[in-house]
Amino acid sequence: MLGKLTIDALPFYSGIAMTGALISVLGLLGAVALITWLGQWRYLWTEWLRSLDHKKIGVMYVTLALIMLVRGFVDALMMRTQQAVALDSHGYLPPDHFDQIFTSHATIMIFFVAMPFLVGLFNVIVPQQIGARDMAFPFMNSVSLWLTAAGAALVMVSLVIGKFSTAGWNAYPPYSEAQLSPGVGVDYWIWAILVSSVGSILTGLNFLVTIIKRRAPGMRLMMMPQFTWAALCTSVLIVFAFPALTVAAALLGLDRYLGMHFFTNGDGGNLTNYIELFWIWGHPEVYILILPAFGVYSEVVATFSGRRLFGYESLVYSTAAIAVLSLGVCLHHFFTLGAGSDVNAFFGRMAPLIAVPTGVTIFDWLLTMYRGRVRLSVPMLFTLGFIVTFVIGGMTGVLLTLAPAGRPMHDTTFLVAHFHNMMIPGALFGYLAGYQYWFPKAFGFRLDDKWGRRAFWAWIIGFYLAFVPLYILGFMGMPQRLERYDVAGWQPYLIVAELGAVFILCGVVFLAVQLAVSIRGRAGLVVSTGDPWNGRTLEWATASPPAVYNFAVVPHVHGIDAWWDMKQAGTAGRAPARFRDIIMSDDSSAGVALGAMAFVFAFAMVWQIWWLAAIGGIGVSGAVLSRAFRDRDEHRIPASQVEATEHRHLTAAVPTSGTPT
Amino acid sequence: MTDGAVTAGIGDQIEAEAANRAIDERAYGFWIYLMSDAIIFALLLATFAVMSHSTADGPSSHALFRLSHAFAKTMLLLASSTTFGFASVAIAAEQCRRTLAWLSVTFLFGLGFIAMEISEFHAMAVAGAGPWRSGFLSALFTLNGTYGAHVSVGLILIVVLGCEVARRGLNPFVVSRLRRLGLFWHFLDIVWIAIFSIVYLPGLI
Repeated sequence: MLGKLTIDALPFYSGIAMTGALISVLGLLGAVALITWLGQWRYLWTEWLRSLDHKKIGVMYVTLALIMLVRGFVDALMMRTQQAVALDSHGYLPPDHFDQIFTSHATIMIFFVAMPFLVGLFNVIVPQQIGARDMAFPFMNSVSLWLTAAGAALVMVSLVIGKFSTAGWNAYPPYSEAQLSPGVGVDYWIWAILVSSVGSILTGLNFLVTIIKRRAPGMRLMMMPQFTWAALCTSVLIVFAFPALTVAAALLGLDRYLGMHFFTNGDGGNLTNYIELFWIWGHPEVYILILPAFGVYSEVVATFSGRRLFGYESLVYSTAAIAVLSLGVCLHHFFTLGAGSDVNAFFGRMAPLIAVPTGVTIFDWLLTMYRGRVRLSVPMLFTLGFIVTFVIGGMTGVLLTLAPAGRPMHDTTFLVAHFHNMMIPGALFGYLAGYQYWFPKAFGFRLDDKWGRRAFWAWIIGFYLAFVPLYILGFMGMPQRLERYDVAGWQPYLIVAELGAVFILCGVVFLAVQLAVSIRGRAGLVVSTGDPWNGRTLEWATASPPAVYNFAVVPHVHGIDAWWDMKQAGTAGRAPARFRDIIMSDDSSAGVALGAMAFVFAFAMVWQIWWLAAIGGIGVSGAVLSRAFRDRDEHRIPASQVEATEHRHLTAAVPTSGTPT
Repeated sequence: MTDGAVTAGIGDQIEAEAANRAIDERAYGFWIYLMSDAIIFALLLATFAVMSHSTADGPSSHALFRLSHAFAKTMLLLASSTTFGFASVAIAAEQCRRTLAWLSVTFLFGLGFIAMEISEFHAMAVAGAGPWRSGFLSALFTLNGTYGAHVSVGLILIVVLGCEVARRGLNPFVVSRLRRLGLFWHFLDIVWIAIFSIVYLPGLI
């Protein structure tokens, strides 16, 4: 009846796991109770959950990312603490639990923090940057969100019911095969990946169509803002690289569920195929995560230097070159697999080529700041912190691409330090800069400056303290993922790394405090124009928060920095001569239903509860079919209503217009 | 200017613009979906190519494939693509009944393909050559199973869209869906050519 699910699935095996489970359950119940007590369910449902407004979907994506960031960070803190104390002892975590933690930490951070964060920023900003009123496929957008949320929920549920995978975030066979990992952990991983990767592919497709088809009249490709360019290149990579992850995870699932032999040790299986397939996705994924951050840095640098971006075209070509090259270097992730020296030599030559366009982007940002009037706002601080720190990460990356050097570094903490160097000051700082920069656009008030600065310093100091010791330990030969060790010389470095994790904890707390302080004091932080930073690109032409249709009249674009040009020409913020009706999509509950049924299906598949899986599968198909054959689901906003909304926005803007800060 | 005048003056134009744009964007989006799907087939084909000799002392392609069978399946698919082409001609001529007739013929050819595939795989599984037997058979079943699932989805869509045509006639949205289904169907044909050349021919020659 319940498949493999029994009462033993509850985490009685470890007091710490039980505590984690209880905290998660209580947190969920607390949130439900709070919403009920506030009587906000109807508001939440009609205004947010079933909304097809790209800005609200974007905010929900970022909210999901921030919640999962806390979970992923707690995992990190637990690992650092374990390694700081586990010299010649078992520390405080049983090995099996430690293995689950490093697996869930990486899985969460990549799939359920970084991905939703960047997609959330795309959602809020990209349509506005190109002068569009909506995404090309608003309903598909909602489906993507709820599939991602379903995957995240699956990982969270594994904390309470059953165990998560212990096979690392990349689930290499043969360890991840049924023979060596008979529990449900790897199945949780597979289904979380499959469900969320479908959501990601749909997102990539949606943005690709939106950017190609919905640009404002006059906006040629070579006039698009850099963040939109980054979104375009990222979308192409998602559409072409994510299928490889889907295939890899699905074939692993076939091995586990139907006893096939794709990656098994015997019977004709070949585990190297998994590693190849995984990294065909895996290396582009690095750039899927980093290019959006590059896009944010470009916008932030131009805005806060008060200058047109230096070398706009070279930045575009660099971004595109990075995207193309990223598809051709995946083998440098497995120099030790035994592909032979010719193959290793080829990929060892290819990989450092990426440093060339990356270097170009760095110089473009530096030269934009040169002779600019740089304002050291919080987004700018994150950007400067990125530039300095990322160069170190780039150097260590070039070092790792040298196959002879890569070999001894393989699987050491040097590698851990390198990719965290890419992911924290590279990607995450970019997302945080974007979050600080565009928050007033989404909500109409700024984030508190003081707590933002504190958060930045805590993050960057914490980063150096946590990861420079790992670089050193890598040179000393410490392997990654050690649950205990017997080399006394390592411990001092691990204690310093623990200290770094504590600093980052402060960074996380400060971000939360910043949000709370800003919401409470929003009256003093309100931005009455749509353009609080004296911005340059079109997203600042809309109200803050924007009307549901973004633009009452779609602007004509004549160059890069369209909004800046409008301000210079004195046409910015002028009411149009006449308004027209606007057609917008109706909201829909089908996206939420589809995500919920996908979750039910995946959960049932993990525990092999076949009848429940059938219900979930039928539910997913039903939700798809309920929408697939409707011609249009749209309503018309009459011109008079548009005029009234715009009038309110324009009169509200009068007192402060012309005094951008 | 009053609201009523604005709406009456340009209302239909706004609606028409939105509808045309929606159809155009869906077609473009569908092409991108096909590219993404093509990657999935490419990876499955590559996996098969790598594993085609990993028979683990089990049956090999020479023992399992019959040229007549593969040829018949190919002919069914090619014929179905041709008949879908005739359906497209009927759609362009706005002839409802001819559209339905050609869609029905297409459906029958597709169903024939699926029936042959199921019987072939059933016979193999019964004869001890199921997907759990060897890496080669895992790759073969997965590739062909994925392909068969695509054709089956296409068959379901032919039925559903056939009902739409019967019920609502050839309105622009129904026609746009039929065009996309046509893309899908011809795409599957091209994928089959790749499967035939990489899976069946080397196993038979």
